[in-house]
Amino acid sequence: MTRKQKRLAVIGSGLAILAAAAGLVLFALRQEIVFFRTPSDLVDQPIAAGTRLRLGGLVEKGSVVRGQGTDVTFVVTDTIKTVKVSYTGILPDLFREEQGVVAEGAMTPGGSFVADTVLAKHDENYMPKEVADSLKEKGVWQGK
Amino acid sequence: MTVEFGHFALVLALALSIVQVATGFVAARGADQRLFQVTGNVTLATFAAVTISFGALMNAHLGSDFSVINVFENSHTKIPMLFKISGVWGNHEGSMLLWAFILTLFSAFVVMFGANLPARLKSNVLAVQGMIASAFLLFILATSNPFARLPDAPMEGRDLNPVLQDFGLAIHPPLLYLGYVGFSVAFSFAMAALIDGRIDAAWARWVRPWTLAAWMFLTAGIAMGSYWAYYELGWGGWWFWDPVENASFMPWLTGTALLHSAVVMEKRGALKIWTVMLAIITFSFSLLGTFLVRSGVLTSVHSFASDPSRGLFILVILCLFVGGAFTLFALRAGQIETGGLFHPISREGALVYNNLFLTTSAATVLIGTLYPLLLEALTGQKISVGAPFFNLTFGPLMIPLLMAIPFGPLLAWKRGDLYAAGQRLMWAFGLALIAALAMIYVSTGAPVLAAIGIGLAVWVIAGSFVDLLGKAGFGKNAFSVAFARLAGLPRSVFGTFFGHFGMGITAMGIIAVTVFGTETVLTMKPGDKVDVAGYQLAFDGLKPFTGPNFTEERGTFQLADKDGHPVSTLVSSKRQYVARGMPTTEAGIDTHWMSQVYVSLGDKSNDGSTVVRIWWKPLVTLIWFGAVFMVVGAITSLTDRRLRVGAPKAARRQSSELASA
Repeated sequence: MTRKQKRLAVIGSGLAILAAAAGLVLFALRQEIVFFRTPSDLVDQPIAAGTRLRLGGLVEKGSVVRGQGTDVTFVVTDTIKTVKVSYTGILPDLFREEQGVVAEGAMTPGGSFVADTVLAKHDENYMPKEVADSLKEKGVWQGK
Repeated sequence: MTVEFGHFALVLALALSIVQVATGFVAARGADQRLFQVTGNVTLATFAAVTISFGALMNAHLGSDFSVINVFENSHTKIPMLFKISGVWGNHEGSMLLWAFILTLFSAFVVMFGANLPARLKSNVLAVQGMIASAFLLFILATSNPFARLPDAPMEGRDLNPVLQDFGLAIHPPLLYLGYVGFSVAFSFAMAALIDGRIDAAWARWVRPWTLAAWMFLTAGIAMGSYWAYYELGWGGWWFWDPVENASFMPWLTGTALLHSAVVMEKRGALKIWTVMLAIITFSFSLLGTFLVRSGVLTSVHSFASDPSRGLFILVILCLFVGGAFTLFALRAGQIETGGLFHPISREGALVYNNLFLTTSAATVLIGTLYPLLLEALTGQKISVGAPFFNLTFGPLMIPLLMAIPFGPLLAWKRGDLYAAGQRLMWAFGLALIAALAMIYVSTGAPVLAAIGIGLAVWVIAGSFVDLLGKAGFGKNAFSVAFARLAGLPRSVFGTFFGHFGMGITAMGIIAVTVFGTETVLTMKPGDKVDVAGYQLAFDGLKPFTGPNFTEERGTFQLADKDGHPVSTLVSSKRQYVARGMPTTEAGIDTHWMSQVYVSLGDKSNDGSTVVRIWWKPLVTLIWFGAVFMVVGAITSLTDRRLRVGAPKAARRQSSELASA
């Protein structure tokens, strides 16, 4: 092979790998990203049952109910609308009433939210950013 | 007083680093020979000033001087000595000071070990190092002063964030920064080469060990962080594809590519421009990582405080350095002569293949990390990109890379024989096939992908042995002869062996734990028993306990084998840190035969039972043992006397070459 052909071979295979990676990325971005919604978003514009999403807001006071075994339900609110969430498993250490929370899961046809992951803040100063932003937007933010 | 002295030393360091930039560039223009010496001395002085400053902050932390805001917010009189020390960098300001300290340390190393470097190259390198140092020192002084005082000194501090109070996290930041910042040396060498428009033999000789050292620290730092997240957070996961983890993983991927392309450059003089570009990209990822973690655009355990001015400042630094570097690259790369022809199927070709996959996978990680940030900035839509995205994009790219690893070292430089390499790898392939089939046979219904994965890991591990034993001549020579040859092989051969072997081991751990791991969540009362992967786990109940700066409820579990013989006792606890009122979960872990039983306590239910989460983690420790092997490989390779930076013979030859040139 001439020098030019060799260079073309390297560039060609490089482009092929990039194209494959770009294809994978585009496919994955369509399939695997998860949108963030507040309770108001969910109530106002219902999302098809089964679509994965992240629901963020505050845990409503007095709404945490522990059921059989490891089942737990709580209500996520942005102080305007509320969505009931059910979850099976261990809640994070810093999960508390009236504190920020992000629940990842999907809506059921019945209109409640089934979470498979619940995230709370990492330390006492930290509010999940999405939650803080959405509360600020709605004018109900009380932090600094 | 020492606190003010530390602040003063930091200002002095900024001034000195600016002098370092000026004298470095002027010296490289060759106006005055004495300036070479001055640049070196100023660099050492900058390092000394930052060291004094860092020492002053350390002193304030050790003495629990709560009149300093930084100490007040991140320390406590009652925490153990180790965490008083790690509290220095367990916060934004202190960790930036550590960053600057390590940067100037590396600059000082260039001066100390670089006696045989061409003077022009060395001056340019030091000038670029000085530019980075001055930018970050200015950042610290302007936005993140660790020496700010409180008007009234409180009696007690607010304590270090409890999740950071752990040995792993005490050494994770320094290791990670040694890696991140270590790549600055490769970057500065790349810049110096572009400024001069030429790359000589000394360049590759130098860049390779520095990259290797930085890569080694980064590998250790990432592995340490991963293990910390695994046992300290109590979630049982070892990698979350969290943006902050990705921030450290991207420079690792491109750094690994750089390591390999630097080999080609050193041995064959080829891929010069590509190596320079990789050096720029790798350090750019380090800067991007610093920006992502320190600016507060991401929220995670790592973002201590978000202050918009800081984010903007680091963004400006990032843009200036990355933009400047690529502009210079675009202007000057054409001047660098290319060299070293090679056939696509050759050692060089294999290393190009490795580079293509590593950089492409780094690009997919970059997209997954930045896409949510960009989308939010442009459209306001909030999304999260998690593990499924990376499994689908990064995962497939790793398969062809792992498949190719055993071939690389077996191919000859310039023109290799793929068929001959394949023949030598027959028994590695056989082992991999046996492992894959055994996997399907042993665990009926195991996914085909699992079998392929295990086969792939065995392939990489066995392939690394084929290379090592083949080079020693086992099979061709008598055993004793081969053994003697094995002992006489260059250290860098062992470095390659340990590196690739470690990669295979890590892959094995990842695949085993992903495919065969189990997770159970249940409620247990004292006396309850549960089966975990052939073992029996019995819950003894909860007992209160008081530690130095926390109180906790300890849950004790007895692990027994299936015949009821006791194996070990696991303790998991729910801790409450007094000063911050912050709860944490301490996991109970039992290790045997590389596998672990992992128990994490949840909340108490109303009926007196406790929620317990139990994982079976088969071969999980291999993930980190693999990293240990990679680090061992890097150390072995660094001690190869042919690569030793100060190897006297080579040095004399180089300098005489330069003198005659």
